[in-house]
Amino acid sequence: MSKEHKDIDDIIERYPGRPEYLIFLLQDIQAAYNYISPEAMALVCDHTGVPLTQAYAVATFYKSFSLEPKGEHEIKICQGTACHLKGSVRLVENLSRELSVRPGGTTQDLKFTLETVNCLGACALAPVAVIDDKYYAKVTARKLDTVIKKIAKE
Amino acid sequence: MAQTNKSKQEVWPTESLFMSPEMLKAYREHLLAEKDPNRPWIIVCHGTGCMANGSVEVAAALRASIKEAGRNISVIPDIKTTGCHGFCSRGPLVILQPSGIFYQRVQPGDCKEIVQTTLIENKPVERLLYKDPKTDEPIIHHEDIPFYKNQLRVVMHNIGKIDPTDIRDTIMAGGYEALAKALYQMKPREVVEWVLKSGLRGRGGAGFPTGQKWLSAIQAVERKGGPVYIVANGDEGDPGAFMDRTLMEGDPHAVLEGLIIGAYAIGAHQGYIYVREEYPLARKHLSIAMEQARKHGLLGTNILGSGFDFDIQIVRGAGAFVCGEETALIHSIEGKAGEATPKYVFPAESGLWEKPTIINNIETFCNIPLIINKGPEWYAGLGVPNSTGTKVFSLVGKVNNIGLVEIPMGMPLGDLVENIGGGVPGRKRFKAVQTGGPSGGCLPYELRDTPVDFDSLSKAGSMMGSGGMIVMDEGDCVVDVARYFISFLMDESCGKCLPCRLGLKSMYQILDRFSRGEGSVSDIDDLYSLAKAVQDGSLCALGGTAPNPILTTLKHFRSEYEAHILDKKCPAGVCKALITYWIDQEACTGCGLCARNCPQNCISGERKKAHQINEALCIRCGMCLDSCNFAAVKVV
Amino acid sequence: MKAEIKSTKKIIRFMINDQAVEAEEGWTVLETARQYGIHIPTLCYHEAVTPSGACRLCVVEVFEGNWSRVVISCMYPVREGINVLTDSERVKNVRRWILEMLLAECPASEEIRRLAAEYGVTSTRFEIKNPEEQCMLCGLCVRVCKEVVGVSAITTVGRGVHKFIGTPFGKPSEVCVACGSCVTVCPTGAMQARLDRVRGPVTGPR
Repeated sequence: MSKEHKDIDDIIERYPGRPEYLIFLLQDIQAAYNYISPEAMALVCDHTGVPLTQAYAVATFYKSFSLEPKGEHEIKICQGTACHLKGSVRLVENLSRELSVRPGGTTQDLKFTLETVNCLGACALAPVAVIDDKYYAKVTARKLDTVIKKIAKE
Repeated sequence: MAQTNKSKQEVWPTESLFMSPEMLKAYREHLLAEKDPNRPWIIVCHGTGCMANGSVEVAAALRASIKEAGRNISVIPDIKTTGCHGFCSRGPLVILQPSGIFYQRVQPGDCKEIVQTTLIENKPVERLLYKDPKTDEPIIHHEDIPFYKNQLRVVMHNIGKIDPTDIRDTIMAGGYEALAKALYQMKPREVVEWVLKSGLRGRGGAGFPTGQKWLSAIQAVERKGGPVYIVANGDEGDPGAFMDRTLMEGDPHAVLEGLIIGAYAIGAHQGYIYVREEYPLARKHLSIAMEQARKHGLLGTNILGSGFDFDIQIVRGAGAFVCGEETALIHSIEGKAGEATPKYVFPAESGLWEKPTIINNIETFCNIPLIINKGPEWYAGLGVPNSTGTKVFSLVGKVNNIGLVEIPMGMPLGDLVENIGGGVPGRKRFKAVQTGGPSGGCLPYELRDTPVDFDSLSKAGSMMGSGGMIVMDEGDCVVDVARYFISFLMDESCGKCLPCRLGLKSMYQILDRFSRGEGSVSDIDDLYSLAKAVQDGSLCALGGTAPNPILTTLKHFRSEYEAHILDKKCPAGVCKALITYWIDQEACTGCGLCARNCPQNCISGERKKAHQINEALCIRCGMCLDSCNFAAVKVV
Repeated sequence: MKAEIKSTKKIIRFMINDQAVEAEEGWTVLETARQYGIHIPTLCYHEAVTPSGACRLCVVEVFEGNWSRVVISCMYPVREGINVLTDSERVKNVRRWILEMLLAECPASEEIRRLAAEYGVTSTRFEIKNPEEQCMLCGLCVRVCKEVVGVSAITTVGRGVHKFIGTPFGKPSEVCVACGSCVTVCPTGAMQARLDRVRGPVTGPR
């Protein structure tokens, strides 16, 4: 626990103790720990002078913050217009059913988080999926199935 | 760190600080002189699209193949990775220079052949050339390809030519000349005059005259004092739009230069570039560019020795479309939730920390160096009178040439789709083009002569928006598209005001009912009235423009709405509740692939005999459609 | 009732519903209307806190020369020569739809039902998710706690249609002083129901 505390301290020291650095800090903590714990948030508030309610409002307002740990593997299905026209809704529904998880949620075994994301700007490759930061172009339900099964085995 | 520009044996350490325009010029000349005129180079597009399609592996394979060929190649070419060329549907793209030979859909496995056939034997690899879809004739040089030929790449003139992570490329291409000119030959007020005279209007969506915005900030400072801030809005959130991403990734110094000139014009010493969370590569390239610019004294204190100080901080978005709206963006930079506030007092008067703040779109800033270099008259000569200059569009959807294009304002919509987009695949015409993203409207084929400029698009009921152009065909349902956009905005609404938070939800409920064949014709009139209330009552432009897709589709495609409600049919074959999946008994070979993939186990049939779908159990997930290799699964 | 303006501030002359009115520079249209006894409905407005423009019920249509614009009177600064209509067609349309949607959003609120009935809205066609809901997210409770009481015990949580009023991590607040200001300013009675969740169980002297 104390190592974690020290790590958070390192992150917090990266920025001046002013309210406008709230989001910068939350972003770095999210990147390091995959979620924002109540303890981390309290430390950020102490440093920046922001009331806890404001930090909480910010953490729940922006989509990139999570108050719960995310899964080992993040599956992101693009919801941009081009992808929508090429059937992204069906892809999400199929995955949701197969993994038994709601969009935005994490599987029970904490292996996968299924997310819908806004347009990634790779519209020529619609429909687009990003799994663990790797882009998959022109995906079909079958292709996704294959990739996910492969990852699940690892 | 001694440098003189007199001696021919000068040494230019990469961190030389330019203390004057003359030093910048001398460095540029030095770089150009150092370039080997006989050494060819190969461009491999590294825009996000091509990278997702494997261009990184292509570049690696090229390097490996060249190394392997060794002495067989007379002059070893440089490999240059650049930003997006725009022809995303044909990526990965490889262009050989100076010959201009254009290869498309290149795979790592093709590189050996490219090296052998083109580099050594000096012949093009036919199968990698672009072929005119109508004549099937191969086109060797990329400037002859209609997709490129019909564009006017002025703002994007460097993209696809320079390595965005190496400032030397930018300098050789003339980068920062405009900044030198502004700082040393023009007064700040003169810069504003030039921008006013150029007629430049904001490229982020609203199209407000940029010069006027800058002037109002200057006047606000005179009235109430500074500091004044300048912000580049890179929160490009419209789905289907990736213009700003391409500019930030492909020519980050153009963004910086425009921002620094703007800061000089209004007297700002601190600037911000707000980049969307989903664009990590853009942030990376901007950071690298800023670091390199600082090392050369082009950013930071005493820029180019002029005495002007200005620096920039990159602010990373946290996943909220609404932060593209000026007031929400301001709150986000201040470390708060991105809720909008009414703009009865503009940010130019009271913005960041209640100080005068100028917020302009990324593409808007990229236009500034051009105006300074070539003069406002030149700029005003492009495009049409009330919409001068060019605009970058992302042309996506049901169009042959999906990608990023730049055209002069005023080109007819149909020309854009046909001559540059290459028309609609498999069909004679488009059904509608959605312009302006979720804030814009659908223009039907009948309005294909509409010039693409700010006022003509507004008059037609749509808007320019940030530049997303989504082409739709008969297989796209307007009710579904309207519902999609509302659902997107519902998700992105900040939730503060009732007309938006409740109104979008309510409009969605009505559209959802339509998509299920429920509702009555009087609901259409109610939807219209509610849409007007949301338009008039919303606090910011997110809610205020949300009804546009509904209003335009109602206007131009009312019969399609009525088909859903009265006939319980979705003519485009999209709305799930109104379509049926069935198997063409003639085409089905009985391979059973669909049945095995059906999650509901509702497909039955014997081996090698035509299969059938049990309609009652079918959830229209589309797995069978995806699986079938014989096009036997049909949707009606 | 015309207010007597004794000050050195600039006087702005304009019209409300074609009636000539005067205001000080810096006043809002709503403040001026109240001075003259002209009624404009509000829900999220309270003199004690800064206006936020959330409910939009106080909309008016401002006419100036050739153009007109629908704005909220609680935040729109008075301007010379404008003519403000408090009941134009566009204004009425915005109000009646907001009220009908509120009936679905806060079906348990008596105040909203009464206000809606005043404007002829007595039923709603929209889905009622929670028949016990009274909160319309006007934000008055949050603002009074932050600006007047100064402890910021409650906040809006989430974004868009999923937004609600709550405390960090849903736990009883450690900074709430149980002053009840939030209940006082709440226009619908929703805060009364939530207070225990914010304050936590009352177990003895704090």
